[in-house]
Amino acid sequence: MSTATATAPTGLEAGAPRRSLASKLVDRLGSGAVQVVMVVLGLFWLVPTLGLLVVSMRTTQVNNAEGWWTIFTKPAELTIQNYANLLGSGFTASFWNTVLITVPTTVLVIGIAAMAAYAFAWMDFRGRDTAFLVVVGLLIVPIQIALIPVASLYGAAGIFGSLPGVILFHVAFGLPFAIFLLRNFFVGIPASLLEAARMDGASEWKIFASVVFPLGKPAIASLGIFQFLWVWNDMLIALVFADTGNQPMTKYLQSQMRQFGSNVDILSSGAFMSLIIPLVLFFAFQRYFVQGMMAGSVK
Amino acid sequence: MTERLDGRQDPPAQAAGGPSPGPAASPSERRRLGPSPAVAIAFLLPAALLLGVWVVYPIVYSIFRSLFDAAGTGFVGLGNYATIFSDSGMLTTIRNNLIWVVVAPIMVTTLGLIFAVLTERIRWSTAFKLIVFMPMAVSLMAAGVIFRLVYEENPDRGVANAILTTVHDTFSTSQGYPEARPRGGDESPVADQNGAVVTKQPAQAGRPVLIPIVGVRPEFMPDNAQPARADAAGDGLAGTVWFDFTPGGGGQNNVVDAAERGLPGMTVEALQADGQVAATATTAEDGSFQFEGLPQGSYTVRLPQSNFETSYGGLSWLGPTLITPAIIGAFVWVWAGFAMVLIAAGLAAIPRDALEAARIDGATEWQVFRRITVPLLSPVLLVVFVTMIINTLKVFDLVFIIAPASVQPQANVVALEMWRVAFGGGNNQGLGSALAIFLLLLVLPFMIMNIRRFRRGDS
Repeated sequence: MSTATATAPTGLEAGAPRRSLASKLVDRLGSGAVQVVMVVLGLFWLVPTLGLLVVSMRTTQVNNAEGWWTIFTKPAELTIQNYANLLGSGFTASFWNTVLITVPTTVLVIGIAAMAAYAFAWMDFRGRDTAFLVVVGLLIVPIQIALIPVASLYGAAGIFGSLPGVILFHVAFGLPFAIFLLRNFFVGIPASLLEAARMDGASEWKIFASVVFPLGKPAIASLGIFQFLWVWNDMLIALVFADTGNQPMTKYLQSQMRQFGSNVDILSSGAFMSLIIPLVLFFAFQRYFVQGMMAGSVK
Repeated sequence: MTERLDGRQDPPAQAAGGPSPGPAASPSERRRLGPSPAVAIAFLLPAALLLGVWVVYPIVYSIFRSLFDAAGTGFVGLGNYATIFSDSGMLTTIRNNLIWVVVAPIMVTTLGLIFAVLTERIRWSTAFKLIVFMPMAVSLMAAGVIFRLVYEENPDRGVANAILTTVHDTFSTSQGYPEARPRGGDESPVADQNGAVVTKQPAQAGRPVLIPIVGVRPEFMPDNAQPARADAAGDGLAGTVWFDFTPGGGGQNNVVDAAERGLPGMTVEALQADGQVAATATTAEDGSFQFEGLPQGSYTVRLPQSNFETSYGGLSWLGPTLITPAIIGAFVWVWAGFAMVLIAAGLAAIPRDALEAARIDGATEWQVFRRITVPLLSPVLLVVFVTMIINTLKVFDLVFIIAPASVQPQANVVALEMWRVAFGGGNNQGLGSALAIFLLLLVLPFMIMNIRRFRRGDS
């Protein structure tokens, strides 16, 4: 990188005089244009979600009659009726199913991956490096590959459609990323800390639980938020492996899509409910979210 | 460990690391005093079991399963793969995936780069980054619902078409009179010609050209229409376009009666004998028009078809032609923030001195960007680009949710087709397995790339 830095400027014409008043003026105008462009772009990214929020707070009749942007002239039309209606529908159960799938999955992925990552980072065994390369390879395996085989396995085991089936599938496909992220973090723990503990005769389990795991908290937080959002937002695995009684919000809402026009009230309020917890988590832990994202994408 | 959306970010290479970046630690240092292999196996066992049963075994099983028919009893060899490349619906699916792979990663990477560079120029960059990054936290299901609403065809409900029609109406003044037509019959001075209205006789300067129109629906009658002028004349060619209908009855056909109103905003053309348009005019509020500076001669007067078309209603985003671009739009909305944050982190790692030196040497901002920033960012841009290729290959939820059921064949992608074939009614697990293997083969080069890059970084 440093060589590129050194050579790049030579390709440019040198020797231009100091910046004139005119060029400063151009800069100023340019910065005004940048502001305008950025405001427009920001609106492009904000408006769709805003639209969902307003639509979710209007009756079907109003939504069918006029666009959500008329809210700026008719704010009185807002109502929470759609949200109240959700409470009595199948949505409430699906909300709890989402929680019941997401929380255990996140805990299990963290626990199982942390143990494996510790072994990969600090234990010596034959085939370790090859095994870890397999994990790296598995990082981007498409979920589709496992749908048919696991469905037939679940059928044989009698857990097709159940919550444990959904959870175990999520845990397995969460592991490669989790092991990868945590192993790379654990490797950076100073060797002296572990050696000291081992000299003191601490068991590997004790070292893992009282040294490695606590030191790994930042990475575990990143992993946790990422894993949580990933499972919370999943639809494909739920579509295949969760039956109607165990379906999470995504599958419930998907089942309402067929009559999009007449179900806009349920769909908009339900979709907003489903994204409110991820958004709160995102704003609260954005730092860990960004860390996890960067660690995961640089492979 | 200070990555936040506000403030400078660490370069991605260091983000994975804890106290010190991971792969760099030398193996010899951390192999002293290790526990017995049995302990290692105990720590690895749960993960190995899960990965073995849920990920590795299915890959092997799918390879075999893809060689059998729907029921799983008849061996068909590569027959299922042949189906993928011969069935016309499947070919549409593959074509769509190709469009996705070519278009979406470039758009996301380019937008991410633009955003990352521009956010450095504004004070409210934290707010901007949060807004653009936010869709990352939202489920693709919810994003799908959001964009179903955006793409509603009715411009009174869908914001995309509302914007398009507003922009269109701002720049186009012509007001449409759909379903209006010339008065028919031998007495009428005008006739219909392929949707346009033309005068039967060549018009002469000094004699007003009268163009009677009927069938103007009340809702399309402009509020500003004035009583029609019968004697529109001037130095040159002039005339009147009016609604030849007296409310309550009593008017004469082809004659401008007192209660009849002109049709403002009509485009009127004067045609030469060879059919060339010699001049264009627009009717006034009383329906009169006049061609300025037209040479003497004989002209046919025409109201082009555009006057009679329905008003612009935007695009059918969710129709068969635009559905894939529309869904790619939603995909870009979701992922641009990811690209922006990664690239912004890379940008923060570029030595400021290099940029400043170039600026002092008189380089324009564009030259600095093109010759220094982009080359130094290329590793990050590659990571973003490759991640997006993998994501586009796996795209499922957005297509499934945004494309209405009737349009799904035209919007189909491999990941969705796999689900449809095996679970969404198709019940053909042989073909489904073949599609899953096909998908795996598509991402295989990137798996190998990941392994190679990791090995290089680790040793």
